[in-house]
Amino acid sequence: MMGYFVRRLLYAIPILLGVNVLTFALFFLVNTPDDMARMQLGERRLTPAAIEQWKVEHGYHRPVFWNAAQTGVTQLTDTLFFDSTTRLFRFDFGKSDAGRDINADIAERMGPSLAIAVPVLLVGLACALTWALTIAWLAGTRLDFWSGVLCVAMMSISGLFYIIGGQWLLAKLWHLAPISGYADGLASLRFILLPVVVSVLASLGGSVRWYRALFLEELSKDYVRMARAKGLSDARVMFGHVFRNALIPILTGVVVLIPSLFLGALITEAFFAIPGLGSYTIEALQAQDFAVVRAMVFLGSLLYIAGLMLTDLSYLIADPRVRLE
Amino acid sequence: MPTPLLLLSDLAAWLLFLVTLAYACTASRREHLRAPWRRVRQQPVAMVAAVVLLAHVGITLLDSLHFAPQAANGTEAEPEPLSALDFVLTPLRTGVETSYSAPFALLGFDRESVLQADGRVVREYPRLRYGGAHLRDPAQRGPDILQRGAIGAGAGALAGWFLLRLLWPAQCRLWRQRKDDPAGRAAALTLLLLCVLAGLGGALATRYHVFGTDKVGMDVLYQSVKSVRTGVLIGTLTTLVTLPLALVLGVAAGYYRGRIDDLVQYGYTTLASIPGVLLVAASALLLDGVMTRHEDDFSSLIVRADLRLLALCVILGITSWTGLCRLLRAEALKLRESDFVRAAEALGVRGPRILWRHLLPNVMHIVIIATVLDFSGLVLAEAALTYINIGVDPGMESWGNMINAARMELARQPAVWWSLSAAMLWMFVLVLAANLFADAVREAFDPRTREATPSARPAGT
Repeated sequence: MMGYFVRRLLYAIPILLGVNVLTFALFFLVNTPDDMARMQLGERRLTPAAIEQWKVEHGYHRPVFWNAAQTGVTQLTDTLFFDSTTRLFRFDFGKSDAGRDINADIAERMGPSLAIAVPVLLVGLACALTWALTIAWLAGTRLDFWSGVLCVAMMSISGLFYIIGGQWLLAKLWHLAPISGYADGLASLRFILLPVVVSVLASLGGSVRWYRALFLEELSKDYVRMARAKGLSDARVMFGHVFRNALIPILTGVVVLIPSLFLGALITEAFFAIPGLGSYTIEALQAQDFAVVRAMVFLGSLLYIAGLMLTDLSYLIADPRVRLE
Repeated sequence: MPTPLLLLSDLAAWLLFLVTLAYACTASRREHLRAPWRRVRQQPVAMVAAVVLLAHVGITLLDSLHFAPQAANGTEAEPEPLSALDFVLTPLRTGVETSYSAPFALLGFDRESVLQADGRVVREYPRLRYGGAHLRDPAQRGPDILQRGAIGAGAGALAGWFLLRLLWPAQCRLWRQRKDDPAGRAAALTLLLLCVLAGLGGALATRYHVFGTDKVGMDVLYQSVKSVRTGVLIGTLTTLVTLPLALVLGVAAGYYRGRIDDLVQYGYTTLASIPGVLLVAASALLLDGVMTRHEDDFSSLIVRADLRLLALCVILGITSWTGLCRLLRAEALKLRESDFVRAAEALGVRGPRILWRHLLPNVMHIVIIATVLDFSGLVLAEAALTYINIGVDPGMESWGNMINAARMELARQPAVWWSLSAAMLWMFVLVLAANLFADAVREAFDPRTREATPSARPAGT
């Protein structure tokens, strides 16, 4: 098993390299370092010398992928790409183009992101699983039918409606929570409420339907009939057998999300003005701060790969038949 | 006579329509392709959804026939190209007020300084220029709306009945003979209902602003109808990008295995590991940069918005092909071990031919399910992306833009709710129809659910 994970880790390196090449290509396809300098310096202090100096300070004076001026290996190594990539792999994100320390920024903004993302995942999972399991148990009844209708309706409502409706109802009419924003410590609870409720509601319909389908597929199998024939109670059948066996596909969908919780939900954070990593990334994109963007993209794909590995690991725990070779 | 003008997205829309027609022709002649569609045809809910979707497709195609602008009197700015739909909606398009007005309002939403006949200036709610302008006495509004509505609905029902007889005479005959075809009847009734709604809207919208007007006085109903094209195009054109990539790469990877498989897997893992929103945001912002730097190349607003729409489709397609590709690869891996592929190989059929003749037709059900399932998600994604300014051009009519423009106005007292509600409601109807239709298609095409459905209910319930 150790061998398996070592191989997966080694396999992650070319993927991360590929991601970085893609980020660079996308960014420099239409942006020249001169543009970036202009963007950061502003229009007023704009002299060719200032631009040159900014480029040297931030390392953008070197060629992007290929340094033709050098000879031998240094043609590859003395480039912007090589330098920044090796630093990314050491988790040394350096300074942003605006001059702030990225590592410190990330550490500071991780808290709010987690404060939103973890409750959303847990509450959402709990609600969806409870609902789906109950409905699977009641499959074929009128309640099942109407829950299906409700789920499709909930799926068809735009996420924007939940956000705007939630802000209007909870914040403006009932004054239960502030419309947006964030505060540290215990005061954050008030700010968390609205985004969590909205995010859970927005994804509930789809996940209930998905889980219900999984449970129903298990319910139709022979071992369930066998268990019922043995006289096991409904609760034993549902929790001990059906739930347990449906766990693998559920884990596939859920565990991969866990590491990326650190990054927060880009869109939710943007809507509710949460100072987390998601809004950090969006802000950086809008300001064309390439140093931040490449750090966040790198981190994002790293966490995604970690999520995939974690998924495999969770299979081991959930299903004793699984062996990782 | 205005000359036709083909925008790029028009071309793509019509191309996609023709491809779909071609598929329909092929499928209707082959029993095994027809069978799943017949199962869809038997479900009333699916048929209702299909009629609603077809109506949207009709609006989209009508809105995808642009005509070059007539040369104006020279002094004004160059007029924008108009679509066939614009001509149909001329009274709505040209009936522009000065600012907000509520649905069916006669007066503006904000007070304005009005010059009285005796020379005094009074702050009051001005009469609208177009909304209900034909009424002398404001008290006449209620009866007038009822009367016009009744006439419009009646005319719509009549037109619907003729349309039904023209398009679907068999259904009318069945109806008269009281034969049983619940799905067909549901579809026919939906068509009638849509016609009545269209008649109602047509009769009222020429005299009133049925959904009110927005900040610059544009009719909200007009905007909602125009937004249909944006939503439908994003939902369908993205597939045009997704399908070739996913099909070719996925099937080839599954069949050839080895190097090609490694390469394809590497490709989609890399792409999938970048958060999708980030990729879309980055590409959209980059595109913005390109457009501002080459401003001269995008002379007309509509050309610019059109390119941006297409670019958004391409970007969304590039971020979303990985999931389908993974599915197709897995299916191809399974199929390559099947007897018919083995037999073809033994007979000396070459790789590409096996892919084309033996694998491709056998993964089509996955493609169809994925295409239909993706549609609703993409329509919703457009609105969300536009809302954070990385979607379609701000000048383009889209539900995202409508919501974006309206969200701040909810804070006003009294709230300006109509723009938001109209966009949300229309989007809900379209997405709901798409979801219901997708469900039926999935059930009909997926061999797994087909087997599982009859015994899906646990014993005892």
